[in-house]
Amino acid sequence: MTTMQMLATIAVAAAATILTRALPFIAFPAGRQTPAYIQYLGRVLPGAVFGLLVVYCLREVDVFTGTHGLPEALGVLVAGGTYLWKRNMLLSIALSTVLYMLIVNAA
Amino acid sequence: MTHPPRRCLAAAAKAAFPPTIPILAGFIFLGITCGIYAGSLGLPWWVPPLMAICIFAGSAEFVVASMLVAPFNPVQTFITVFVINARHLFYGISMLDRFRRLGRKRAYLIFGMCDETFSINYATEAPKGIDRGWFMFFVSLFNQLYWICGCTLGAICGTLLAVHIEGVSFAMTALFVVIFLDQWLKDSVHAGARAGILASVGALVIFGPDGFIIPAMALILIALTLARTPVERALAASDGRDGDDA
Repeated sequence: MTTMQMLATIAVAAAATILTRALPFIAFPAGRQTPAYIQYLGRVLPGAVFGLLVVYCLREVDVFTGTHGLPEALGVLVAGGTYLWKRNMLLSIALSTVLYMLIVNAA
Repeated sequence: MTHPPRRCLAAAAKAAFPPTIPILAGFIFLGITCGIYAGSLGLPWWVPPLMAICIFAGSAEFVVASMLVAPFNPVQTFITVFVINARHLFYGISMLDRFRRLGRKRAYLIFGMCDETFSINYATEAPKGIDRGWFMFFVSLFNQLYWICGCTLGAICGTLLAVHIEGVSFAMTALFVVIFLDQWLKDSVHAGARAGILASVGALVIFGPDGFIIPAMALILIALTLARTPVERALAASDGRDGDDA
C-alpha cells in the first residue's frame, strides 16, 4: 500500500467508527420527539450493554483446556465481591487485577 | 456560547481523573501492544498514533493495522470496521438524553465514545458542583490521551520496551464487571442486564468468539422488544415508587 492508500484506509475506518457512534444522534435529533420505542431502548439497553461487554472481555476464555478459565472466574468473583462489600470501584478493579496477574504469571 | 471560567474547567478535569485511573493502566498497556503489533507488521511508526487520534476504537485498530499490509480495499475496510463497532449504536441510543444541550462538546463526546468512555460516562455521576458536560468531556479526553500515549510508546519503542506484563488488561474486564454490578444495584428492573448476559453467552456458544457480537445485539433487541409491554409496566411501577424520577 502507498502512503496515500494507508491514509485513505485510516480515514475510511475513522468514518465508519464515527458513524456507529453518531448514527443514533443523527436519526433522533434533539429538536424532535424521540419515538417511545427508542426511549424505551435507551432505558433498558445500558444494562444489556454492560453484560455484553463483560462477556466480550471474557470471550477468549476456554473452559475446557489450559487453566479452564479459573483465573478469570476468580478475578471476576473478587471484583464483584469486594465491590458489594466496599462499593469502591478503583479498589475492586485494582485488587482483582493484581490477583489475576499474580495467578497467570505464577502459572 | 460563553466560555466557562478556567476554575470551573480545572475542577471538572480534577473530578474526571479518578474514575479514569483503571483506563490509564489498561490503555497504556493495550496501546503499547497495539503499537508493537503494528510495528511487527512492518508499518511506519506514525500509523498507531494516527489511528489512536482519529479512530479511537481499540479492537478495530488492530484489524485496520492488518488491513494496511493487505491490498487497498476501502469498501471492505468500511464494512468490517462498521460491523466491529456496531455495538456503539447502543451507546448512542443510551446517551441521546444525556448529551442534550452540551453545545460544541457534544461532537467530541460522540466521537470519543469508546466502550470504556461510554461505560464511565454512563455509570458515573459528576460530583456536586461540577459541570456534567465538562466532566464527561474530560473523561473522554483523558481516556483518549492514555490510548494515544500507549500506541505512540509501542510504535516508537516497540520491542525495546519488551513489555509483556501478562494480565494487566484484566483491569478492563474488572471495570465492566464492577459497572455491570453497580448498574444492577441501581436498577429496580433487571430485564436489560438479564437479556444482555443470556443473549451474549448464547451467541458466544453458538457463533464463537470472533463473530458473536452482532448476533448477540440482535438477540438483545429481539428479547427486549418482545418483553416491552411487561418491562415498561415494571419501569413505570418503579418510577412511581422512586418519586418523579422519570
